[in-house]
Amino acid sequence: MGQQESMSVRVLDPVTTSPGLWQSMIAVLRRDLRLSVRQKQDLLNPLLFFVMVVALFPLGVSPESDFLREAGAGILWVGALLATLLSLDHLFRFDYEDGTLEQMALQPQPLFVLVLAKTLAHWLVTGLPLVILTPMLGMMLFLDGNSVAVLCLTLLIGTPVLSLIGSVGAALTVGLRAGGVLLSLLVIPLYIPVLIFGTGTVMAAAGGSDVSGHLALMAAILVLALVLAPLAAAVALKISLSAS
Amino acid sequence: MWQFFHKLGSPKWFYGIAGRFMPWLLGFGLLLALAGIVWGLAFAPRDYLQGNSYRIIFIHVPTAFLAQSVYMMMAVAGVITLVWKMKLADVFVRAAAPVGAILTVLALFTGAVWGKPTWGTWWIWDARLTSMLILLFLYLGIIGLAHAYSDEKTAARAVAVLAVVGVVNIPIIKYSVEWWNTLHQPATFKLTEKPTMVPEMWVPLLLAVLGTYLLFGWAALYRMQTEVLRRERRTRWVKELIAAGGGSQLKSRGA
Repeated sequence: MGQQESMSVRVLDPVTTSPGLWQSMIAVLRRDLRLSVRQKQDLLNPLLFFVMVVALFPLGVSPESDFLREAGAGILWVGALLATLLSLDHLFRFDYEDGTLEQMALQPQPLFVLVLAKTLAHWLVTGLPLVILTPMLGMMLFLDGNSVAVLCLTLLIGTPVLSLIGSVGAALTVGLRAGGVLLSLLVIPLYIPVLIFGTGTVMAAAGGSDVSGHLALMAAILVLALVLAPLAAAVALKISLSAS
Repeated sequence: MWQFFHKLGSPKWFYGIAGRFMPWLLGFGLLLALAGIVWGLAFAPRDYLQGNSYRIIFIHVPTAFLAQSVYMMMAVAGVITLVWKMKLADVFVRAAAPVGAILTVLALFTGAVWGKPTWGTWWIWDARLTSMLILLFLYLGIIGLAHAYSDEKTAARAVAVLAVVGVVNIPIIKYSVEWWNTLHQPATFKLTEKPTMVPEMWVPLLLAVLGTYLLFGWAALYRMQTEVLRRERRTRWVKELIAAGGGSQLKSRGA
């Protein structure tokens, strides 16, 4: 962490010596974002993976526009899910290995707040770029404009859920050397409802029905994950830290 | 009551009391399950729609029922592990997970065998089949995580967190797949409603379910005893037990 953060913290909060919840959250968020920007390969890998997985379907199954229009939403959702999964292993690993995570656990702020900040940073550097890439890939899969818009909206609500649920799995496996494969085994079953609602919403939109109910359900899942996942991930992180 | 709860913390006491329960569980379990299955397969009336093929229900429903409730039991044990740090709760999760996974596989298999004559296909992407498949993945995840850690205490708590997270997700998974696609007949037993089957059909089914519960209890206790012996292998009471010729599990497992 640079000097700047601690300086600005003191300016913001001159009375107490330890920063408040918001300041520490923002400090963790800024630090994680800065680290991601400086390691561009980690930033790009999930996106490249996403594009390549999506490109495999026309090659492997069928380049016909009828098939792709039908399956496009599912392909993009599965691609986004796998790309998120690929990036999860790095969520806590480096901080775990260099001891930063232990220092975070020792902070006076509750660990789940810092975990929430880290997960938010993870979504900003993996989930959000996936959503931004989706319109282009959607056009390549012959989805119409309305479907692409709904698809982007579902991904915008759904990818934070993927990051949040994934943070629990990542926290459980961070202490393991071969955590990556196990991580997908733990997390994929928990991803299934998000996938079903996400693609279901696009299907409903393509069928011409109103999707506000679908979107409200997805938002409900997001709220639930936002409340519970950081707590579970913080407990899991403490378990992983106590083992080392 | 509280004394019982505290005694559960003693592996030696548990080993003894489990040994006393196990023959009864095995005996009554076999009796009930066999009675239910024989009654169901040979004597219960034919189904007016499905003919004789419905009879697999007497194996399918007990396994599917147990597969789901074992996961719930594991989640309860997970909460106990996290809150009270009771070691036996963790021993239970470890012992029950493979049994639950096998029950899930059996439920899926018998479901496939039943689906062939009824729906004309072995597998269908139907809501309840799919949620059973997801349940199997959840079991496999727990088994995988339990064996991934070298430190038992860490493994116990990590598995407990996973079981609790999984159980929060089970209703969401269930409803999501149900809205997604459904072909399966509705649940046979509901606690809140009178069964729609005739008594000659549901009584043997109930017997089979109860028998399977008892058999699961026996299997779980047997596996828990083995695990307790393995963990306590350096203590005096286990050494005395072996010297006295007890601890058959230890010998049969070559530990």
